[in-house]
Amino acid sequence: MTVQTWTYLFVAVTFCLYLGIALWSRVRDTKGFYVAGRGVPAAANGMATAADWMSAASFISMAGLVSTMGYAGGVYLMGWTGGFVLLSLLIAPYLRKFGHYTVPDFVGDRFPSLGGKEKASGTGGVSVMRRLSQNPARLVAVLCAIFISFTYVAGQMRGVGVVFSRFLEVDINVGVLIGMSIVFIYATLGGMKGITWTQVAQYWVLITAFLIPAFAISFKLTGTHLPQAGLGGTLLDSGVLLLDKLDQVQQDLGFFRYTEAFTGGWSKANVLLVTFALMAGTAGLPHVIVRFYTVRSPRAARWSGFWALLFIACLYLTAPAIAGFSRTYMLQTLNEASTGDLPQWFNSWQKTGLILWLDDGDGLVRYSAGLDNEIFRRGALAEPEFIEVMQQHQLWIDTGGARGKDGRMVLRLLGLNGPDRDIIVLATPEMAELANWIIAFVAAGGLAAALSTASGLLLVISSSVAHDLYFRVIRPDATEKMRLRVGRSVIGVAVIIAGIFGIYPPGFVSQVVAFAFGLAAASFFPVIVLGIFSKRVGTFPAVCGMLVGISFTAYYILGTVFFDMERWTFGVFSQGISPQGIGTIGMILNFAVTGLVTQFTAPPSSEVQTMVDSIREPEGVSPARDIDQSLGN
Amino acid sequence: MKVQITQESKILKRYWRKNVMIMAILLSIWAFLSLGCSILFADSLNQYSLFDTGYPLGFWFAQQGSIIGFVFIILIYALYMNRVDRWYNEELESLQKRKNSD
Repeated sequence: MTVQTWTYLFVAVTFCLYLGIALWSRVRDTKGFYVAGRGVPAAANGMATAADWMSAASFISMAGLVSTMGYAGGVYLMGWTGGFVLLSLLIAPYLRKFGHYTVPDFVGDRFPSLGGKEKASGTGGVSVMRRLSQNPARLVAVLCAIFISFTYVAGQMRGVGVVFSRFLEVDINVGVLIGMSIVFIYATLGGMKGITWTQVAQYWVLITAFLIPAFAISFKLTGTHLPQAGLGGTLLDSGVLLLDKLDQVQQDLGFFRYTEAFTGGWSKANVLLVTFALMAGTAGLPHVIVRFYTVRSPRAARWSGFWALLFIACLYLTAPAIAGFSRTYMLQTLNEASTGDLPQWFNSWQKTGLILWLDDGDGLVRYSAGLDNEIFRRGALAEPEFIEVMQQHQLWIDTGGARGKDGRMVLRLLGLNGPDRDIIVLATPEMAELANWIIAFVAAGGLAAALSTASGLLLVISSSVAHDLYFRVIRPDATEKMRLRVGRSVIGVAVIIAGIFGIYPPGFVSQVVAFAFGLAAASFFPVIVLGIFSKRVGTFPAVCGMLVGISFTAYYILGTVFFDMERWTFGVFSQGISPQGIGTIGMILNFAVTGLVTQFTAPPSSEVQTMVDSIREPEGVSPARDIDQSLGN
Repeated sequence: MKVQITQESKILKRYWRKNVMIMAILLSIWAFLSLGCSILFADSLNQYSLFDTGYPLGFWFAQQGSIIGFVFIILIYALYMNRVDRWYNEELESLQKRKNSD
C-alpha cells in the first residue's frame, strides 16, 4: 500500500478511537465537565498532561529547531521540562488541596475584593459591574487565561491543517475544518473527562510515532538503537564520533560548531533569561495547571507531576538525538550531490516547498552558511511570487546570467536560507528508509499532538468564560444544568474562533507564542507562588505586581517585535535582551513590586490566612472542602 | 483543649518546615543543573566530555543531563513528601490517643 493509503487508514482509525472514548466518557455535571470528577489516576493524568503539554510545535518543530540551533536548542528542551519541576514543587499539590475548578478561582479567592468582604455577591442585588470591580485579581487572571489560551490554540489548529495538507494532500483549510469537528465532538460531549481519556490515547499515538523513526535512524547511522546513546556514539561508516564529525562539517560549511555554547545571537545572558522565562511560563500556564485538579488528592498530584515529566522526557530526550542525526545526515547526503543522486526524501519534500534547491549552474548541491548556499525554503511566499522567482532563476541559469535573476539572492534577502525546520521530523522516517506504514503513522502522531493540546486549551477557555465569568460574576444563581449548557456552548464558540484563526492565521501567531510564556511568567507564576508561600501578601500588592509585570512584559515584546524598538541591554548585558526572555525580568519586577507594596499595606483577612493554612496542611486532616456547596448553591 | 491546639499547630509547623526544606534543597539542585551546569558553566564544561562518549559535557547537560535530573528531582520530592504526609498523620493520631487516654 502507498503512504497515502496508510495515512488515511491510520488517521481514520485514531479518529474513531477518539470519538469512541468520547462517547464512553460522556458527562452530566459540571464537576465531570471541568475536572473529570476528580477521579483520574496519577499515571493516566501524567499521560494526559504530557499529551496536553506536547503540542504540534513540540512534535513537528522542536527537533528541527534544535537541529538548526545546536547547543542553544537546549533553551527549549530545558525551559519546557524544567518548568515542571517548579510546577510540581511549588504549585500543583497546593492548588489540588485548594480544590475548585480553575486558576482564576484560586487567584480570586486568595486575593479577594479590595473593599471588605464579598458577602453580597451571592444574591442578584449586586450589579455585574460591581462584582467585577470587587475582585480585580480574578478579572486580571481570567483575561490572562483567555488570552494565553487563544494565542496557543490558534497555532494548534493551524498545526492540524498543516499535518493534513502535508500527508493527505488536502487543502489546509479542509484539514482545519476536520480537526475542528473532531475536537468539537469530544470536548463538548465529555468535557474534561472525555478530553483526559482521549489525551491518554493520543499520548501513545504520538510517542510511538516519534520514537520508532528515531530508533531506526540511530541504528542506521551509529549501529546503536538507543538514540541517546547513538548521539554520543561513533558513526558506522567512518568510525568518527558523531558529534565531532558534525562540529567539523558545520565549521567547514561556515555554520557555528554544533555543540559550542553561546554562538550568534545567543549570548549567555539571553540563554539564561529565555530558559528561565520558559520555565516560569510553563509553571504558570493555565491549561497545564488545571490538569492537576483532576486527580484524587495532593498525593496523587505529586505523583502525577512525576509521571507527566517522565512521559514528556521520553520525547524531549529523543528530540535532540533526532536533531543531531538528521543534521549530520542532511549535510552529508546533500552536499556535492548531483541531480541524479539526490536522495528520495529530498525529491518528495521539494514538492511541498519545505526544501528547495536553486543551483548556481554547476549541477552540484551546496548547503552552507555562506553566499554560495543553494538550499532554501519557500516559507510563506505566495504562489505567483514563488513561480516568478523560480522562473527567473531558471532563465538566469539557462542564459548564463545574462537574463533573469539569481533566485538565491532573492530568497536570501527574504530570509529563506536553509530548509524549513519542520522537515527534520517529517522527513526522518524517509531518511531512515522506513516502511510506508511507519511514515504514515507519523502523520497520526502529529495530529494527536495538535488535537490533544487544542482540546486542553479549549477547556480552559470554556471554564474561564463559563465558570469564572458567567457563574462567579454574571449569574451566581445559575443552576447546574444551566452552567453545563453554558460550558458546552462556550467550547463550541471557542472551537469556531480557534478554527477561524487556523484558517486565516494572523501573521503574528508564531511571535505571540513567546508572548504567552512571557505573560504567564510575569503574571500567574509569581501571584500563585506568593499566594501559597506568603500569608502576608494582600490583594492590593498582588494586583499591583501583576499589572506591573504584565505591562512591562507586554510593552517590551510589542515594542521589539512589532514596532522596531531597540532591544534593551540595561547597561549590563553585551547583547540586547531577546523578547522571549523578557518574561524573566517581568517576573522579577512583579515579585519586587508586590514585596514593596506589601510593606505599606495591611495583611489579608483572617479568613484568607486560614485558607492558606488549609492548603498547606497535608491531606486527610481537615476534610476537603465541598466545593460545590462552598460556592453558595 | 488549648494545649492540644498548640501541639497540633506545632506539628503543622514542623511539617511545613520539612516541606520548605526539601523544596529548597531540590530547587537548588534544579538551579545547579539547569542554570549552572547547562548555561553558566557550559562553555568551560564543554572542554570535557561525558565518560568516553562523544558528548561535550556542557552540551550534554543542556540537552540530556538536566532533563534526566528534573525527572529524578520530582521523583524524590513525591517519595519524600508522601512519607512526610504519613508521618504527619501518625503524629496527629498519637496525639489524639494521648489526649483520649488523659
